[in-house]
Amino acid sequence: MIYDIIVIGAGPSGLTAAIYGKRANKNVLVLEAKTYGGQIINTLDIENYPVEEHISGFEFATKLYNQVKNLGAEIVFEKVVEIKNIGSEKEVITTKNTYKAKTVIIATGSENRKLGLENEEELVGKGLSYCATCDGAFYKKKKVAVVGGGNTALEDALYLADVAEKVYLIHRRDSFRGEESTIDQLKEKENIEFIYNSNVTKLNANERLESIEVTNNDGTIQTIPVNGLFVAVGRIPENENFKQLIQVDDSGYIVAGEDCHTNVEGIYVAGDNRTKEVRQLVTATSDGAVAATAAIKYINNH
Amino acid sequence: MKVVEVHKDSFEEEVLKSDKKVLVDFNAEWCGPCKMLKPIIEEIADKTEEVKVVSINVDDEEELAEQFSVFSIPCLVVFENGKETKRNVGFLSKEDVEKLIGE
Repeated sequence: MIYDIIVIGAGPSGLTAAIYGKRANKNVLVLEAKTYGGQIINTLDIENYPVEEHISGFEFATKLYNQVKNLGAEIVFEKVVEIKNIGSEKEVITTKNTYKAKTVIIATGSENRKLGLENEEELVGKGLSYCATCDGAFYKKKKVAVVGGGNTALEDALYLADVAEKVYLIHRRDSFRGEESTIDQLKEKENIEFIYNSNVTKLNANERLESIEVTNNDGTIQTIPVNGLFVAVGRIPENENFKQLIQVDDSGYIVAGEDCHTNVEGIYVAGDNRTKEVRQLVTATSDGAVAATAAIKYINNH
Repeated sequence: MKVVEVHKDSFEEEVLKSDKKVLVDFNAEWCGPCKMLKPIIEEIADKTEEVKVVSINVDDEEELAEQFSVFSIPCLVVFENGKETKRNVGFLSKEDVEKLIGE
């Protein structure tokens, strides 16, 4: 069987693409490596999406997932490892199966950038975290550090300052890039200590994280005892498996304009893994609609 | 079998002294991925007799979470003969949960 549209990724962008595809009477397969919803499921309260003043990320994702299911799209939980362009058809290869489609929409989103330290992976859930709002509650009256300099790091530090006893905010530069208002709020918190021009260079652990080694750009090294380290050093697009076929930029984002067209005819990109300025829930769903509309047009013209 | 809600008082009896292998699901109301994992955990509890499946709310049972070094949820821990044998942090597919409990 040949699907009209295969969507890779069941986040807000991919699921929106599926809605548009199904409403145009196309048969749509959505392939997802983990669980539906994408990054938004970790957001406790969404306040900037039109219509709902407050909605949790989980509720948003579940409603969207059910909407797609009810429209009759197939959703299969398999990880895509490759896309092949064989003339007018595309082959989408997962760890288990190979599927054929006329068009493909890549909506794989992004994942947390890691520090790249030796024992980083094994300490996840044992003191190391990439999500302050998910894990912050486990550090009541404890000492924590946040590493990073962007908005996520600042918001994480602000959130943790109300939970933890002490928050160290470690940044490799001498000033922050985030929003002024957040920086002002941070400076008012008495339990936040700013550590500029520094990197986390070692994680000391015995079963769980016990301290971090922080190296200043001038070479001085200090060891700070912490129960938790929150890593907020950005995100990286999940395009690794498509690079052979699809053009990406230096940072790994699939190169495409607002029309969501990639360098390959019939293959589109939607959401956070595309080169763009604003990565928000509303721009993710918008991409989904644009990419699906382009795919539908392609199918109808071929 | 149904998923058993376990509290501090019943933990020893239900988990550590259990004759069967026990799958413990540490979760909380505010945790989205936990809610996604819940139906999978329930399905596994329903169809398996060999493994006891229990749920612990970390907000109600802070001491248990602390005692077992749970610092991120969802966190699934497998106990056999009173000892932890396996652990996973983060969402898992049904297949991967089955692998974790060795079904």
